[in-house]
Amino acid sequence: MTIAAEARAGHQFSQGWLTRLFDYKPFLVFICLLPALGLLLVFLSYPLGLGVWLAFTDTRIGRAGYFIGFENFQSLWHDPVFITSVWNTLLYTGVATIGKFGLGLWLALLLNNHLPFKSLLRALILVPWIVPTVLSAIAFWWIYDPQFSIISYILVDVLGWRETYIDFLGAPWPARFSLIAANIWRGIPFVAISLLAGLQTISPALYEAAMLDGANAWQRFRHVTLPMLMPILAVVLTFSVLFTFTDFQLVYAITRGGPINSTHLMATLAFQRGIPGGQLGEGAAIAVAMIPFLVMATLFSYFALARRKWQQGEDND
Amino acid sequence: MTISRRDVLIGGAGLAAGATLAAPSIAQTANIEKGATLRVLRPTKFVDPDQAIFDENTAAFTKATGVQVRVDYASWEDLRPQTAVTANTGAGPDVVVGWADDPHIFADKLVDLTGIAEDLGKKYGGWYPIAEKYGKKDKTNTWISIPMGGSGGPAVYRESWVKEAGFDKFPTDHAGFLDLCRKLKANGHPAGFALGNAVGDGNAFCNWLVWSHGGYMVDENNKVAINSKETIEALKYAKALYETFIPGTLSWLDISNNKALTAGEVGLTQNGVSLYFSIKNSKDEKIAAIGKDLNHAQMPVGAGVGRATETALVINAMVFKHTKFPNAAKEYLRFMMEKEQYDKWLTGCFGYWTQPLKAYANSKVWESDPKILVYRDTWERALWSGYKGAITEAAGTVNAEYVMVQMVASVCAGQATPEQAAAEAERRAKRYYRT
Repeated sequence: MTIAAEARAGHQFSQGWLTRLFDYKPFLVFICLLPALGLLLVFLSYPLGLGVWLAFTDTRIGRAGYFIGFENFQSLWHDPVFITSVWNTLLYTGVATIGKFGLGLWLALLLNNHLPFKSLLRALILVPWIVPTVLSAIAFWWIYDPQFSIISYILVDVLGWRETYIDFLGAPWPARFSLIAANIWRGIPFVAISLLAGLQTISPALYEAAMLDGANAWQRFRHVTLPMLMPILAVVLTFSVLFTFTDFQLVYAITRGGPINSTHLMATLAFQRGIPGGQLGEGAAIAVAMIPFLVMATLFSYFALARRKWQQGEDND
Repeated sequence: MTISRRDVLIGGAGLAAGATLAAPSIAQTANIEKGATLRVLRPTKFVDPDQAIFDENTAAFTKATGVQVRVDYASWEDLRPQTAVTANTGAGPDVVVGWADDPHIFADKLVDLTGIAEDLGKKYGGWYPIAEKYGKKDKTNTWISIPMGGSGGPAVYRESWVKEAGFDKFPTDHAGFLDLCRKLKANGHPAGFALGNAVGDGNAFCNWLVWSHGGYMVDENNKVAINSKETIEALKYAKALYETFIPGTLSWLDISNNKALTAGEVGLTQNGVSLYFSIKNSKDEKIAAIGKDLNHAQMPVGAGVGRATETALVINAMVFKHTKFPNAAKEYLRFMMEKEQYDKWLTGCFGYWTQPLKAYANSKVWESDPKILVYRDTWERALWSGYKGAITEAAGTVNAEYVMVQMVASVCAGQATPEQAAAEAERRAKRYYRT
């Protein structure tokens, strides 16, 4: 009897303990977050952690590796192919981002006007972004083909302005800029539509006030549009830089990093060394070497561009 | 040989009867495990009949032995990672028909196939020496894989244009070849060979170029030896040859030469037999007409190896130790290499996957069209990537890094002198051939 009573008392105690635990808000929050946390851990943190770990080993595709410290990074530091890929990535990201923002902002400003078929036009703008990257890459591959380029065909065979077909991808600089052009084409819609959304949140009253003060179109853009657009510009810039920096498909489909490695990006080189080349450790090291750049780009966007001084003028703290 | 009567059963007519008769004999003699099932992974088809006939042959094996077999087809780029995952996790397919180098990379995880390899060799006129190189573990007599087929890449040219250039026969030496290319260019039908990052065609052309001049990436002891006077000679020749190419080959990928030849833009390139068949069987009459004018020839010999050289894309079958049914797996591979199955596959694929066993040089497929005859001897000309060394990971990486291709391309582009390019290739190869 006593044993049964004790058991019952214990049961009651545990029930109360459980109930109280579930009534405790921080615990409940934690429990509800667990599934999401689990997904993050399994599908994001673990692969990322594994990638970082691999970068410090000499793992090959056929066998597990040993910890070798910074040896991969030291070896990469002395590898001109890797150094070229870093410069290419910076150039690619820099020029493409400027292009995308210049043209995207311009497009957003145009679309913000009252145009006939406004919704249709806005939908059309999104097409380059909707087409799967590999498909647009293959289309560009044909456009840049040394024998079958539509651009060369028009210039040479239709208009007769040139004697020879353009060798878009055969030399380092033309190849780099051809790829950048393709990337800009693909990236404009994202920038244009995001900035258009930003433009539409700017109150017309601000423009009216500026006009009453006698501001011309440039002054209205410089002192009303741009500051009001800065917060969204910072976010869009961050995303755009991240997408461009990690681009893989365009380059892989169009040049495979050629000619003579002159268009390799860090992402394509990491893949080439890691999977077809079998040097998983070295490939991972290249991928890990991208992280500092990405962190820097993100920090710059958030801390520099999102500063209120930048947005609202020097003396407005 | 217990199943020697199969030699009598040639072609498809006797196949059904043969399979039923063979049933007790195969299962008994080979000790196939009771209730065995197999999973096979291989690259996806490149020519249409490949998969259909492979599946038919597999079904015949099931009928003969009662062993259920599932064949999965992986895309060419996925095959290598999937093989690696299979090897590293010890799970997945029992048999992988992988790329040439892979059995050597996973050698310690593979079932010894010496028995069936030696049987097959005895029965079918012996393996070509290069097949032994691919099948045997380095410097041993242990077979770790069964090479199943190789796709060669000899010269593909337009007969009438070569004739127009003054050559009744395709040149067999470097000087004649250069002369031909110069004349082709003068006549407006230039040659074109891939010099971009084209894993198949780029390596095929550049390996031939260097090997035929006597250069090689590493010596017999896996010491990097690319920076040699033979290589530099080859690069000087490449520079002269490049002047005759159609513009833009520095950016050519694997498919570019196919497009250019099909469109009549180039008169000479290098390719597998598939291009000829796709042109010949084209529904477009204009393209099909090009097929009549196409022919193949081996690339010029040169002083290098003392014989013609070529790069072949080889598929190499291995059985993993984690399989529960090693005997069934071995018998499956043996069965697929036997005449009833193999000849049908070889013929059905128009000789795309050429034979590693000498007896199949007598296959009917090589009489079916005189224009494809040159592919028959692919395995006599072929060398492996990483020639003269062992087939290793390093050789695979150097190949995937396009070290050979970019050495040639940088000279052709005028970015480097032959001496600089050879030194750079040596440096890059040494990064992976370190001990």
